[in-house]
Amino acid sequence: MTDDRIARVLLKQEIEEFLYREADLLDERRYDEWLALLAEDARYWMPMRRNVKVDDREREFTREGRDISWFDEGKETLTRRVRQIQTGIHWAEEPVSRISHLLSNIQLLEVNPSPAEPAEVSVRCRFLVYRNRVETETDFLVGKREDLLRRIDGHWRIARRKILLDQNVLLSKNLTFFF
Amino acid sequence: MATTRIQGYRPGLVDVATGQISREIFVNDEIYQDELERVFARAWLFVGHESQIPSPGDFFVSSMGEESVILCRDRVGKVHVFLNSCRHRGMKVCRYDEGNAAVLTCPYHGWSYSTDGRLVGVPYFREAYHSTLDRSAWGLVEVAQLCLYKSSVWATWDPAAPPFLEYLGDFLPYIDLTLDAWDGSDGGTEILCGIQKWRVPCNWKFPAENFSGDSYHNISHRSVDLVGIGPSGSGRRDMPELNMARKLHIAFPERGHQTTSYLLPKEAAPPPAYQHSSVVSDYFRECEEARRKKQGDWGRMIALVGEVFPNTAFLARQPRTLAAWHPRGAHETEIWRCFLVDKSAPAEVKDFLRDYYIRYSGPGGMTEQDDMENWNYAHAASRGTIARRYPYSYEQGMGTAVDNYEWEGFRVPGTVCDLTQAKSSEHNLRNLYRRWAEFMEAESWDELTIWRRQRQAEAAE
Ligand code: FES
Ligand SMILES: [Fe+2]
Repeated sequence: MTDDRIARVLLKQEIEEFLYREADLLDERRYDEWLALLAEDARYWMPMRRNVKVDDREREFTREGRDISWFDEGKETLTRRVRQIQTGIHWAEEPVSRISHLLSNIQLLEVNPSPAEPAEVSVRCRFLVYRNRVETETDFLVGKREDLLRRIDGHWRIARRKILLDQNVLLSKNLTFFF
Repeated sequence: MATTRIQGYRPGLVDVATGQISREIFVNDEIYQDELERVFARAWLFVGHESQIPSPGDFFVSSMGEESVILCRDRVGKVHVFLNSCRHRGMKVCRYDEGNAAVLTCPYHGWSYSTDGRLVGVPYFREAYHSTLDRSAWGLVEVAQLCLYKSSVWATWDPAAPPFLEYLGDFLPYIDLTLDAWDGSDGGTEILCGIQKWRVPCNWKFPAENFSGDSYHNISHRSVDLVGIGPSGSGRRDMPELNMARKLHIAFPERGHQTTSYLLPKEAAPPPAYQHSSVVSDYFRECEEARRKKQGDWGRMIALVGEVFPNTAFLARQPRTLAAWHPRGAHETEIWRCFLVDKSAPAEVKDFLRDYYIRYSGPGGMTEQDDMENWNYAHAASRGTIARRYPYSYEQGMGTAVDNYEWEGFRVPGTVCDLTQAKSSEHNLRNLYRRWAEFMEAESWDELTIWRRQRQAEAAE
């Protein structure tokens, strides 16, 4: 293998490990450590999905920064969401839910400037977020995620997360958790 | 006497006199089936907003009760609402959420309908039907009455229902507090693109009563208040008016509509709000001043929440939304929420409001999330054989409402309960269920148009 290809394989492994560790932080409710993985200017966006004709892809998703979405926010609001859970009286997450993030189909889409010296990586994956709470309440949320990771002071940080949930009418009563 | 009111539903299930309401009306499947006929097939229901279908051929698929409907604008610009079910074999004609079409073609056998509902295309019309099918009799089923009010679209399946404006009665100006622009200009609002739709496992009346003015559940939102998402940086809303205004429950007993609103003092300036950004706070200050100038005493009224009987709610100010509680069986509700902004507001104001709306409302909303948890488990814990034997209590503020409430020279329309000292009442909730009971008991709209009978009785005297 050429050096470049080896670098790419190693990078992919590094990114996968980063994403799995991040999922662990969420599933173990280590929210402050999770917040620390977000770049200060992070964007977190989850559009709504519409039923459209095959050639009308543009209208399938609500637009970031223009339309109403399920989520369209930055680190400040995400931090507030974490703080709300931590109040201990956010009844929608109290008692706390049992959540597992399953990630698969991880692919590096773009690496800049190079796999050997990566500064920004865009990575796509599938997610399955399983939530079970109280006694039998259960949600399965499946979709695609596209993350832009940035290397800041030698650490990977999440600069942008686009979450495409494969649902039209949301089948969960609320979205009190992170993707 | 002609003005006698129905006093309850199946005596014992809704008892407005004692303020007790049976859990059966929330969890009983037979009562629910009755409700679909007696409430949802007769009342006026919110369907959408004209800004969703600006051009000829535009359509938006909406819902009335359990059923899917198509809101569309025909070739000459007229607005229609049709049942989304093909006359031939019932196929859902339109399974897109929205779009533009010259004709709506059924996927099953290909009947096609023009955007004014006429059946215009029948495959093998000559061969299979020998040209005898009376196409004019097989158009899409259209609602009995439709009303466009300040761009909001309302419809009813019942030809005997009173016209929409009569259905609203004196509640009308309270709806205006959501549909008019912030400066009071007529209908100056538009819907932000993107309607939130989601399922909540509870009876539709849980959100309906909450938005009728559950002034008691503030405590359940303490977590968001602590964290602070309000437009001035703390709490969940700007509520400086709380310190100077009268907080009122305002109900319309003959019609079943109700709101929680604030009446500002005569001389006070509108309280400062939206302090997060100066462009935004200037915009709202100027709007409030303009509204006060334009509307005089009425400009002192600030609506918080309200409910148009049976299942349409508004939040007038923070955040400004319209919601419909679509029943999906006795035990599930599909909430549709749309968000309004001033059409002519600067982009920065619209952006600010959109961000605020998303963090406040809907499944991702830090306020509404807790409501849904409560509705979910209140419903679930009320379904049991034993649980059903015990009614809910709606006794707050019984006997304290007045018909001629006046404060600092302004007479407030409606039957009013002043919560300023009392903090809370269940006046509005009783009003909702009294009207609900009337719909469930009445055999005809004649019995439900109480105000007409009262007028006739007065004329006869
Ligand atoms: S069901 Fe529509 S054409 Fe047959
Ligand atoms: Fe609430």
